[in-house]
Amino acid sequence: MKPAVLTGEYFMTGDVACAEGALAAGCRFFGGYPITPATEIAERMAIRIPHVDGCFIQMEDEIGAMASVLGASWGGVKSMTATSGPGFSLMMENIGLGICTETPCVVVNVQRGGPSTGLPTHGAQGDMMQARWGSHGHYEIIAIAPSSPQEIFYLTITAFNLSEKYRLPVLIMTDEIIGHMSEKVIIPEAKLIKTVSRPKPKGRKDRFKPFAPGPNGVAPMPAAGEGYNLHITGLTHDEKGYPVMDVETQTEMMSRITEKIQRNLDDIIRTDSYLLEDAEIAVVSYGISARTSMAAVIEARKMGIKAGLLRLVTIWPFPEDQIRKLADRVKGFVTVEINLGQIHREVERCVGGKVPIFLVGHPGGTIIHPDRVVKMLKEAF
Amino acid sequence: MQEIPMTSKKQPQHPLDDLIRTDRIPHIWCPGCGIGTVFSACLAALKASGINLQKTVMVSGIGCSGRAAGYVKLDSFHTTHGRAIPFATGLKLANPELNLVVFSGDGDLFAIGGNHFIHAARRNMDMTVICVNNLNYGMTGGQVAATTPYMAKSTTTPAGNPELPFNLPLMAYACGATYVARWTMLHIRDLTDSITEALCKKGFSFIEALSPCPVNYGRRNKQKPLDMLKLYQEKAIIKNHADPSTLDIDFEKGIILGKFIDLDRPTFIEHYDKIYRPSRLQENVPELNS
Repeated sequence: MKPAVLTGEYFMTGDVACAEGALAAGCRFFGGYPITPATEIAERMAIRIPHVDGCFIQMEDEIGAMASVLGASWGGVKSMTATSGPGFSLMMENIGLGICTETPCVVVNVQRGGPSTGLPTHGAQGDMMQARWGSHGHYEIIAIAPSSPQEIFYLTITAFNLSEKYRLPVLIMTDEIIGHMSEKVIIPEAKLIKTVSRPKPKGRKDRFKPFAPGPNGVAPMPAAGEGYNLHITGLTHDEKGYPVMDVETQTEMMSRITEKIQRNLDDIIRTDSYLLEDAEIAVVSYGISARTSMAAVIEARKMGIKAGLLRLVTIWPFPEDQIRKLADRVKGFVTVEINLGQIHREVERCVGGKVPIFLVGHPGGTIIHPDRVVKMLKEAF
Repeated sequence: MQEIPMTSKKQPQHPLDDLIRTDRIPHIWCPGCGIGTVFSACLAALKASGINLQKTVMVSGIGCSGRAAGYVKLDSFHTTHGRAIPFATGLKLANPELNLVVFSGDGDLFAIGGNHFIHAARRNMDMTVICVNNLNYGMTGGQVAATTPYMAKSTTTPAGNPELPFNLPLMAYACGATYVARWTMLHIRDLTDSITEALCKKGFSFIEALSPCPVNYGRRNKQKPLDMLKLYQEKAIIKNHADPSTLDIDFEKGIILGKFIDLDRPTFIEHYDKIYRPSRLQENVPELNS
C-alpha cells in the first residue's frame, strides 16, 4: 500500500492532477475506455489505484465503463470514469440511470473539438449543453469547470464530495488544453483534505426506504450486500425503490431528484471573480477560457476600460442569481468560451435584455487569444 | 432447504416466498410465459446452493426477463437495456464478496448487450448469467431478435426472418465461459441443478433457458400455447458435453440440452490481485492454476 495523497510539489498535467485528486477524494474504482485527450487519467489510475487497494478496469466501451462505475458505487465504493466527446455521448444513457437511481459517481469530460470525431487532439468547450441536457428526460445535474491543473486536483475532490452528499453523477467539464497542460500542482497533506462520504442509513433494515429523502432532500444510501434487500431501478419508482407507473409517482420522483439540487444552490454553486467590484463590463467565462479572459481584463484595465471577470466554477446548476445581480449594475456583458455560444445563451437569459451582451466564441481547436476579448471590450461598448 | 412456517390462520406460504417481494405480486408476465418458471428455478437454486444470500445480488437489463430483479427479495438492480453485465462487473469489483446473478433475456444479453457478454466471458468475470431465451423481443410486442429462428415470423419480419440466429452456448464457450449449459423451462429439475452448480462455481457461468412466448412469438408462428412445450418435450436431446459447435437450435431435428462446459481457470479478480494487489492475496489466498 502506498499513500493515497501524494503530498508534495509537482509539475503535472491536468489529466494526472485529476487522477491524483480522485485518489485523494477516496476514489477506489475506475472503469474506463481510452480516448484522446482523457486517456492519461485512465493510465494514471491504472498505475495508482491498486496502490491504494482500489481497482482499475478498462471496459469494452464507454457504455460499459459508465455502467461499471454505477455498479461499483452501489458496491459501496467511490467510483469514476473519464472520457471525451464521443465517449461522453455513449455514456449519456447510463448517466441518466445514475441520476434516476441517485447514484454518486464522477464523470470527467476532457473536451475536444466536435461534433462527431472532430478534433481529437485539440481543445474545445463544445459539450457544455450536452452536460446539461445530454441524457433524456428532465433532471438536474452538477457540472464544474476547472481552469488549471492545480484547480482540477481540488475540484475533483469537490466533485466527489458533492456527488456523495447529493447522490448523483457529478461532471467535471475540463478540456484538452488543461488536460495536457503541465503546471505546478501542490498536493497538500492528507489531513488538510476534507472528504465527504454518502450518509449511511440507521434503524431497521426491513423498513428502510432507499429514496426517502433526509433533511437536505437526500436519502441515506446503503451498499449491496448490507442486508437491505434493495431494489434499484431506472423505471419511475417510489421511495421504496419500487416501480410505479403513474403520474403521481413520476411527479414525486422528479421533485426529489430536482429539488435536492435546487434547494441547495448556495452550497453547490461556486464562482470566482477578478476586479469585478467596480467593473462596468462583466466578462463571464470558465475553464481555460477564463484564463484568456483574465489576461484580457488586465489588458483592458491598462487601457482604462473598467472590465472585470466573473469566472464560473460551477456551470450546472447555472449561477443565475450571480448573473442577475451583475446585470443590475454593469453596462454590459461579454461571454468567452470555445464554442459558438452555449453558456452565452444562459447568460443572455439571466441578463434578460437589461444590458447588451456579446460573445467571443470559437468553433474549437485552440485557445481563444486574449486580444480578441480586448478588441470586443474596446469596440462593443 | 428452509422449513415452511406452518401458521394456522394465514394462507400457507410458498416455500420460495421468502425470496420474493410478495408486495409486488401479481407480476407482469403473460399467461403461458415461461419466465416465471425459470425464475422459480433460479430461486430454488439460490436456496439449494447454500451461498450467502445477503451477499447475493441479482442484476437485470430491460425486457420481460429483466423484470425478475424487481420480484426477487435480494439486493437487486434493474439497469439499462443491455448493461446488466457491466453493471454487475462494477458491483463485483467494488466488493468481491458479492455473488452476482445476471438474469435477463436474449435480446438484452445478446443483441444490445452482446459486446458486454463477450468481454465478461473473456475476462472470466465471476458471475452467473441466466438467459431466458424466448426467441423474440416480447416486451415490445414480438420483434425479431438475434435468437429468432430462420424464417420465423415476427412483427418486424412479417414474411419470415432472413437472418440466422446465434448459437448461444457456442458463443459463451468461444468467449471463455467456464460453465455453459442449456435447458428448457420444461426441464425444471435439470435447470435448477445447473443453476445451483453455476452459482457455486467460480468464474463466468452461462445458462440458456429456452422459454415460450405464446403471446408474441407463438401467435405469429402458428403455435398454440402448449405447442412450444410439446416441442421441448419431443425434440429435446440431452447430451452433456456435446460439442458447442453442434448446438444450433433446430426445432425439426432436435434441440440439444445439457451441461456442455465445466472447467476451471482463474477469474479476473484473481489475475488482478496476483499482478496488481499481492497484499490482497496474502489475506485471502485463492489458488491460481496458471
